[in-house]
Amino acid sequence: MLDVLIQLLPSVLLEGLILGFVYAMIALGYTMVYGVLELINFAHSEIFMSGAIAGAETFILLKGVVPNAFLLLTLAVLIGGGVAAVVAILVERLAYRPLRKRGTTNRLVPLITAIGVSFFLQDLARLIEGLWHNAFYRRYPTFEVFEKSYTIPNWIGYLVILATLVIFFWVAVYFFDWLYKSIARTPKGLSPRARWYLAAALTVLFAIFYRTIIFTDLGMTIQMKSILVIVVSFAMLYGLNWLVHKTKLGIAIRAVAQDMQTAALMGIDPDTIISRTFLIGGFLGGVAGVLFGLLYTLVHPYVGFIPGIKAFTAAVLGGIGNITGAAVGGLVLGMLEMLGGTYLTFLTNGAMGTEYKDILAFAILIFILLFRPQGIIGQQLGEKV
Amino acid sequence: MRKLRENPALLSLIIAVSAALFGYWLLRNPSSTLAFLLTLGTLLAAFLQPIPRWLKVLIGGAILLLVLPVAGFKNSFLFELGIQTGIYAAMALGLNVVVGLAGLLDLGYAAFFAVGAYTWAIFGSSQANHFMPWKIFPLPGAYFYLFMLVAVVMAAITGVIIGSPALRLKGDYLAIVTLGLGEMVRVLANNLDHPINITNGPQGITPIQRPPIDWFIAIFDKFGIHMSRVEAYPLFFYLLVLVIIGIVTLVNINLDRSRFGRAWIAIREDEIAARAMGIPLLPTKLLAFATGASFSGAMGALFAAKQLYVSPESFTLIQSIMILVMVILGGMGSIPGAILGAATVTILNVDLLKTASDYLNDLRNAGFTLDLGFFKYNFANLPNQLEPAKYERMVFGLILILMMIYRPEGILPERRHVMEMKEEG
Repeated sequence: MLDVLIQLLPSVLLEGLILGFVYAMIALGYTMVYGVLELINFAHSEIFMSGAIAGAETFILLKGVVPNAFLLLTLAVLIGGGVAAVVAILVERLAYRPLRKRGTTNRLVPLITAIGVSFFLQDLARLIEGLWHNAFYRRYPTFEVFEKSYTIPNWIGYLVILATLVIFFWVAVYFFDWLYKSIARTPKGLSPRARWYLAAALTVLFAIFYRTIIFTDLGMTIQMKSILVIVVSFAMLYGLNWLVHKTKLGIAIRAVAQDMQTAALMGIDPDTIISRTFLIGGFLGGVAGVLFGLLYTLVHPYVGFIPGIKAFTAAVLGGIGNITGAAVGGLVLGMLEMLGGTYLTFLTNGAMGTEYKDILAFAILIFILLFRPQGIIGQQLGEKV
Repeated sequence: MRKLRENPALLSLIIAVSAALFGYWLLRNPSSTLAFLLTLGTLLAAFLQPIPRWLKVLIGGAILLLVLPVAGFKNSFLFELGIQTGIYAAMALGLNVVVGLAGLLDLGYAAFFAVGAYTWAIFGSSQANHFMPWKIFPLPGAYFYLFMLVAVVMAAITGVIIGSPALRLKGDYLAIVTLGLGEMVRVLANNLDHPINITNGPQGITPIQRPPIDWFIAIFDKFGIHMSRVEAYPLFFYLLVLVIIGIVTLVNINLDRSRFGRAWIAIREDEIAARAMGIPLLPTKLLAFATGASFSGAMGALFAAKQLYVSPESFTLIQSIMILVMVILGGMGSIPGAILGAATVTILNVDLLKTASDYLNDLRNAGFTLDLGFFKYNFANLPNQLEPAKYERMVFGLILILMMIYRPEGILPERRHVMEMKEEG
C-alpha cells in the first residue's frame, strides 16, 4: 500500500500540474473580470468552451491542409483564443454593459445575468454545432508527435517525493505543535525554523527507513502534448504578467480595478478598459480551451461547466482579483485534485472512487471561503458599508 | 384600456364571458394548446383586474376545479401539466422566500427537492431493505402522508447543514457555494450505491408506492362518476397539488407579514443595517434557507410518488436554474409572481417547446417545401438537431438576460422591489 502511494506520487503530481496550468489560465479570466467589475463572470466557463470548440474545428478543418502539427497547434491556439475573446467582448457589450449603464444597486442583478448568459451560450454553441455537423460532440484529432512519450529521469521523481514528504511532515509537525499548545495552554511551542528542521529530519529518517520503496525505478513519462500545455500556458502567464505590470494598458486596467471613477477622471475610458479586460481574459480562456481539448480529446457545448467552476475555485483559492494568486491557486488545486482523486480510491479500497474529486474541489472552496477568504495570496479587505 | 379599468362592470362582463367561452372551447377541444393558454390567460386576467372578489373566486374555481379536470379526462396531458405546474409553483414559492425575501441567491435548490424525493423513494420502495435491518419495505402507501412531513423535516435539516457553512458567505460567493453543494448532493445520490446501497446510484429507484385512493374513488362513485385507478390517480394528484399550493401560499403570505418576513427583507435591503437593528444574521438566514428547503422537500416526496421513479438525473443544476427563472420571471419576492412564473415556465418547457418540436418533426417527415418564389426550402433537409425541446437552457438563459436588462423587478413585481430596482446607484 505505502509503496504504491509513494511511487505514484511524482506522476500524480505531474498530472495535477498539467491540469493545474489549464485551471490557472481559466482562473485568470475570472480574476481579471472580478478585479475590474467585482462580478463573478459565470459565462467565463462558456467562453472557455467556445475556445475549445473553435480549436477543435480548426484542427479538424486544417488537419490535411497544414502539414506541420506544431504550426497547426499554433493556428488552433490563436483561433480558439480569438473566437473566445470575441465571445467575451460580445457578452460584455450586450449583457453586462446595459446593466452598468442603468446602474442598479442590487448585487443579484449582474450575477443572474451572468448565469443567464452562461446557459444561453451553452445552447447557442450546441445550435451552431448541431446545424453545422448535425452533432455537437467534437473530437480533437490525435497526432503522433503529440502523443509521443518521453521518460523523465528518476532523480527528479526522488526530489519530488522528498519535497512532498517535507511538506507533509511540516504539516504534521505544525498540527502537533498546535495541539500541544492548546492542550498545555501555553504560547510556547516550536519556532517556525525549528518546525522546518524537524520536518526535514523526519523526512531523512523516513527516506532512510523506506529507502527500498522510494529509490526504485519510478518509470515516469510525459507526453509531448503535456509538455506543450506547460510551455504554452507558461508563456501565456508570463506574457500576461508583463502586460499587466509593464504596459500602458496594464496600468490602465489596474487603475480601473482600483477606482473606476478616479481612473475616468485621469482620462481613462473605463468602458474601453473593461472591454479590453474581457478580451484578454477571454483570449486566455480560449487558449486554455484548446489545450484542454488537446489533453482530453472530447469537447462539447457543456464541457465548460466543471473546469469553469474548478477554475473559479482556483481563483478564490489564490485570492480573487490577484493574478499571481490565480496562477498559484490553479496549480495547487490541480495537484490537490489529482492527489485526492487517486488516493481516495486506494485509501477506501475502491469504495469511494475518483467521482468524489469534484466534491473535494467544492470542499476546498468552502473551506477557503470560510477560513481564509482572502486566499493564499491576497490581502484582507474591510467590509464596505 | 384605462377606460375599461374605470368601468368594473363592463370589465367583469368581458372576463366572465371570455372565461365561459374559452372554457367551453377547451372542454370541446381538450388537446388544443391555444384553448388551454387562452383559458389560463383569462384566469390570470380575472385575478389581476379590479373585478369583484366573488367573481374572481367563481371564475378561478370553475376553471381550476371544473374545466381543467373534465378536459383532463379526455386529454391526460393537461393533468400532467397541472401537476407539474403545481409542484414547481410550490418550489418557486419556497425559493421565493430564499431569493426574493431574504435576497440569498441559492443555485442548489434542486438538492432539497432531491432529499425529499429520495426520502419517500427509499422507504416507499424495496430499496430500504438493502441497508435497514427489518425487511418490511416497501412501506404501505398510506405512510406517504407521514413521509411528506418527514421529507419536510429532512429537507429543512439539509438546508441547515448546507446553509450553516454557506450562509456565512455573501452574495456571489454564496451563489457559487450553494451551486457546489447542490451538485454534491447529486453526486452523492449518484454514488451512494456502494459500499452500502442507499440510493441505487444512477439506475434510480422504482417502483415507488403511491398513497391509496380507494376512498377517493368511492366518493366519486357516490356521485355516479366511475373511474378506474389509472384514471383517478392524475385527478387525485392534481387536487392534492391544488390543496398544497393553497397551504403553501397561505404560509407564504403569513411569513411575508411576520416578524421573520420583515427581518428577511431587512437583511436583503442592507445586511449591516439589519445587524445594527438587532437581527441575528446567521439564524435568520438559516431560517429562510430551511423554510425554502422544506417546501421543496414536500414537493420532492410528492414528485416521487407521482413519478413512481426517481434518479439523480432529475435533480441537476438545470432544475435549480429553472426554478430560479420562475422566481425571476414572476418578480423576486412576489407571491403571485412566483406562481405565474412557475406556470409560464412549466407550460413553456413541457408543452410549447415540445409542441414546436413535434411540429417541426412533422414538417420534416412530410418533406414539406416552403416556396416563396425567390426562396425555396425543403423541410426534409432540416437538421434533426434543430429541436426546440432540447434548447431549454437557451430559452431560460434568454429569459434571465432579458428580464435583468429590461424588467429586473419581474412581471408581477413586489412593491418594495420596484423602488429598489429603479434606484439609481
